Amino acid sequence: MTPSAMWAVLIATSTLCFTIKLAGHSVPERWLANPRLQRINALVPISLLSALVVAQGLVVHTHVVFDHRLAGLGVALAALFARAPFPVVVVSAAVTSAVVYHLH
Amino acid sequence: MSKDTVRDSLSVALTVGAYGVAFGAASVAAGFSVVQTCLFSLLTFTGASQFAAVGVVASGGVAVSAIAAATMLGTRNALYAIQMAPLLRVKGLRRVAAAHLTIDESTGVALSQASRGTAAMRLGFWLTGSGVFLFWNIFTLLGALGAKALGDPASWGLDAAVPAAFLGLVWPRLENSFLRLAAASSMAFALVITPWLPAGLPIITTALVAVALGWRAR
Repeated sequence: MTPSAMWAVLIATSTLCFTIKLAGHSVPERWLANPRLQRINALVPISLLSALVVAQGLVVHTHVVFDHRLAGLGVALAALFARAPFPVVVVSAAVTSAVVYHLH
Repeated sequence: MSKDTVRDSLSVALTVGAYGVAFGAASVAAGFSVVQTCLFSLLTFTGASQFAAVGVVASGGVAVSAIAAATMLGTRNALYAIQMAPLLRVKGLRRVAAAHLTIDESTGVALSQASRGTAAMRLGFWLTGSGVFLFWNIFTLLGALGAKALGDPASWGLDAAVPAAFLGLVWPRLENSFLRLAAASSMAFALVITPWLPAGLPIITTALVAVALGWRAR
């Protein structure tokens, strides 16, 4: 991505995310009271975050690739099942992935 | 001023603020400068959206995909704002400040103080919001500088830390089997469409899974 495109991402993301927050403080309550909209809105973060796990952990450009990152993700999953705190999840994934990366 | 509310707010602010390290590192690994990374946390100030924007950029997506993914993740803040506005009752500059501080944590702590009264709810919102803002930005800078010093992201496992952070963000939301099904089918959908779409686009396309599952009441 070009430097100007990266600035565009930063500026547009910041502007839009703030506008959404301010809009919520300014519109009448009934505007977003639609139950379908609320159901979908509650599911969107789960879908997008799940897709980001895949895109960052299992994909290189447009190919599905199983590499050292998968080992890290597996350990992260185990840590989450063991109710480990967030920093432990992230660091254990990083250490595992780095070790596997250097073994290959 | 309730001591319990202050304690709740500050413990959430410090814990959540510390996640900023992961964002700072992810943003630098995606190719953003340290200054851009810090501006993200100062100006966007909603973690999941920030992670999504740099995540799409890191996966090779175009700018529009990154902006769209971040914005879609930010829409939940509007629903929080609608709940917070009648509680805070602020106008002008204070409303702008309240809007900027409207995130998962400030809303969550405010709502959790309901049994302690309106004053405690307001205190919880402002203290948690400004506390997260302070710590999130400090830790973003530390994470960015740290990642800059480390160099090759794969060599330090940073390329696995980022998806692990996303997994850690989605995990506490999976409160019942329907939501776990939603996460699993979203991952499967993203995997299946990845070879067929330009980089970055599978992420926002996966929002269709949320639309399909949320269309009808269960």
